[in-house]
Amino acid sequence: MPVLNATSRHEVTFRLNGAEQTVRVENRMLLSDVLRHEIGLTGTHVGCEHGVCGACTVQIDGAPARACLVLAAQAQGMEIRTVEALTAETGRLSVLQQAFREHHGLQCGFCTSGILMTLDALLAAEPDASEAVIRDALSGHLCRCTGYEPIVRAALAARDTLRKGGN
Amino acid sequence: MKPARFSFVRPQSRQEILDVLTEHGSDASVIAGGQTLVPMLNMRLAKPKVLIDAARLPDLARIEERDGELRIGCAVRQAQLEQLPNLVTKQPLLARAIPFIGHIQTRARGTVCGSIAHADPSAELPLCLIALQGKVHLRTRRKARTVRAADFFLGMMSTVREPDELIEAVSYPTAAPGTGFAFQEIGRRHGDFAIVAIAAIASREGVSLTVGGIDDIARRFDLGAGQDDGLEDALNDIAWSLNARDDLHASAAYRREITRRLGRQVIHQAKAEAARCQS
Repeated sequence: MPVLNATSRHEVTFRLNGAEQTVRVENRMLLSDVLRHEIGLTGTHVGCEHGVCGACTVQIDGAPARACLVLAAQAQGMEIRTVEALTAETGRLSVLQQAFREHHGLQCGFCTSGILMTLDALLAAEPDASEAVIRDALSGHLCRCTGYEPIVRAALAARDTLRKGGN
Repeated sequence: MKPARFSFVRPQSRQEILDVLTEHGSDASVIAGGQTLVPMLNMRLAKPKVLIDAARLPDLARIEERDGELRIGCAVRQAQLEQLPNLVTKQPLLARAIPFIGHIQTRARGTVCGSIAHADPSAELPLCLIALQGKVHLRTRRKARTVRAADFFLGMMSTVREPDELIEAVSYPTAAPGTGFAFQEIGRRHGDFAIVAIAAIASREGVSLTVGGIDDIARRFDLGAGQDDGLEDALNDIAWSLNARDDLHASAAYRREITRRLGRQVIHQAKAEAARCQS
């Protein structure tokens, strides 16, 4: 059985935003730090590092999850998606991102990437998600700027646009 | 807020998990979802020398329904149980309590058995196991044993699990016909640890009330027929028996008052549901 010792760096391979990625890291490194410091994808933000604030939320195997609560050693074989994957091409916003812009769904932006990853997964799984379902999903995120109402409005607007067949 | 060093083992079978546990005992921790263990590692409240990854074995990620029980393997995630078809008829108490566990983002990875192993006094899954009088299945390299929920939890984050034992599964009884279930919880915010969490089960045999978030473990009380006559006194006795303490989140008096009020509510809800089932 594979035993990865405590002091060395070990190869961990996973899929990241559709491409295979291999890093050499210590077991104890958090996925949030792997993404930011080893790979350089700084769209994923780090807030509380104990799973409460939601800033580091990414998608793991299709479901939103906290990157700060996943150890590098656990990431072997995972399918990971970060906020960088939301735009189809540079300089263009996704429907969800555009809705956040139009409805002032962010101010400082620290919590935004995590919220986008939760809502992106939710609207993919439940295109008709009700406002109550959206609010429940958002309860896993702390935002200290907006008071949440503009975020809910942005999410509802994105849902309606996507239902009409937006990009 | 970064974990101390540990070696990481990827067992290929249940037997290999048990071998590593035998070898390392209390120096080792089993990790599956990590939604409680990783914060403890990050804060260095836990510093295991060896982590054993139990999340990858399909044999351990099964929910089996047999003999009036849902047997939930140690790699089953909370979201997997939440999404089990017809959970609301198989075991309504679980269906109603699970949405209170953290958030969808933590339920996607956190496991049912991990919550049982951690034994937080305000956690919903240990409360449901105590309320439903479920069982915990433990195994070492040499022997297996099954412990009743009432005997498993010793106190705050403390259980009878020996260092070389794996919680290989837990069993929640499925709902017997004509039984009503209710669950309510008060917290500072949705998804926070419960200030008071409370479950009631009503059947022809009688009414039980289980209260979490106050004492060191969730506590279950039999209330006989749960008649309105005398219920106030019974709930008041329960509220005062729970060793409620003041803390940052709520005073002891507030916790007692919530126990009395929510207790009455869930008992009425459970009895109403039972009456509907029986009519």
